[in-house]
Amino acid sequence: MSETATQETVETTIVDAIAKLGPEPDQVTRDASFESLDIDSLDLVEVAQIVEEEFGVVLKGEDMEKLNTVGDAIDLVVARAS
Amino acid sequence: MPPEGCALVTGASRGIGAAIAKALAAEGWPVGVNYRSDEEGAGTVQAEIEAAGGQALAVQGDVADPDAVDQMFAELEQRFGPVLVLVNNAGVRADGLSMQLDDDEWEHVLATNLSGAFRTTRRALKGMMRARHGRVINIASVVGGVRGNAGQANYAASKAGLVGFTRTVAAEVARRGVTVNAVAPGLVETELTEGIDQQRLIDAVPARRAGTPEEIAACVRFLASDDAAYVTGTTLTVDGGLTA
Repeated sequence: MSETATQETVETTIVDAIAKLGPEPDQVTRDASFESLDIDSLDLVEVAQIVEEEFGVVLKGEDMEKLNTVGDAIDLVVARAS
Repeated sequence: MPPEGCALVTGASRGIGAAIAKALAAEGWPVGVNYRSDEEGAGTVQAEIEAAGGQALAVQGDVADPDAVDQMFAELEQRFGPVLVLVNNAGVRADGLSMQLDDDEWEHVLATNLSGAFRTTRRALKGMMRARHGRVINIASVVGGVRGNAGQANYAASKAGLVGFTRTVAAEVARRGVTVNAVAPGLVETELTEGIDQQRLIDAVPARRAGTPEEIAACVRFLASDDAAYVTGTTLTVDGGLTA
C-alpha cells in the first residue's frame, strides 16, 4: 500500500489505469459506463490489480459485477479503504 | 524479443521437467527450477544450466500449498523479474482401481496435478498480463481424455482437467499476448513411469518406442517461443502415434 485512498487519488489511479487500456483519456469521466468505454471483465481485473497494489483494497468478482460506471468503481474503492 | 523476465518449470528436479528447464535455459530464459523435496536433483539441474552458460535458480515449493506458490514467485521475481513462461509440469501418480482408491490418493493427485497448476497460473498471469506477454504450458497426458488407462482414474481426471483449464484460460487472456497450451505426452521413460508394464504399452505405439524427455521439452520450447504466438488453447500430443 503506497497511497492514501482519497476521492482524488483513487480517481487519478483508476482513470489512468483505464486510459492505458485503450479509451481516450477525455472520455474517461465519472459518468462513463465501462460498456461505452469498451472495458470488459478482463480489463477490470487489471484495474483491480492496480487498485490493490496502490491502496491495498481487494475487489472480488462479485464486487466487479456491480460496477457499471467509472464513478461506481471510484466510490467503491474509497468506501472499502476507509 | 520478449520483455525481461524468466521461466518457471514446476517439478523440474528430474524427468521431463528437468529436460524442459534445460531447453528453456538454452533459449536464453533465466529458469526457476522448482522442486518439492528433491533438492539434490534441482541443484544438479541448476548447476548443469549454469555450466552451459545459462541462468537458473532452484526454488523449493509444493505447488499444492498456496503459500509456497506465493513464496516461489516472490523469490523468482526478485532475482529475475516477472515469470513470463510458466510450465506446469509437477505431477504425481497414486494408482489403483477406482473402487479401491482412497480419498487421500484421489485428493493428493488432484491437488498437485490440477489445483497446483491453477494456483501457479493464477499467480503468473498478473505479471504476464502487465507485460502483455506470456506463455503457460501445461503438461497433460494422453490418458487425460484421449485414451483410458485402467488404474489411473485420479491421474487421468487431473490431466483431463488440465486440458479444460488450458482452453478456458487461453480464451480469457489471448488478447493480452498470453498463450496457454497443453502438451500431452504418451509413454516417456522417467521415474514416473517406472513400474508400469512398459512393453505392453510400447507394443501399442506405432513408433515402437517410448519418447524421451528431450522430445517433450522440444515441444515446450516451441510453444514458449515467439514463433508460437498464434498458438493458444490447444493440446499438442507427443506420443509416437499411440492415439493416432
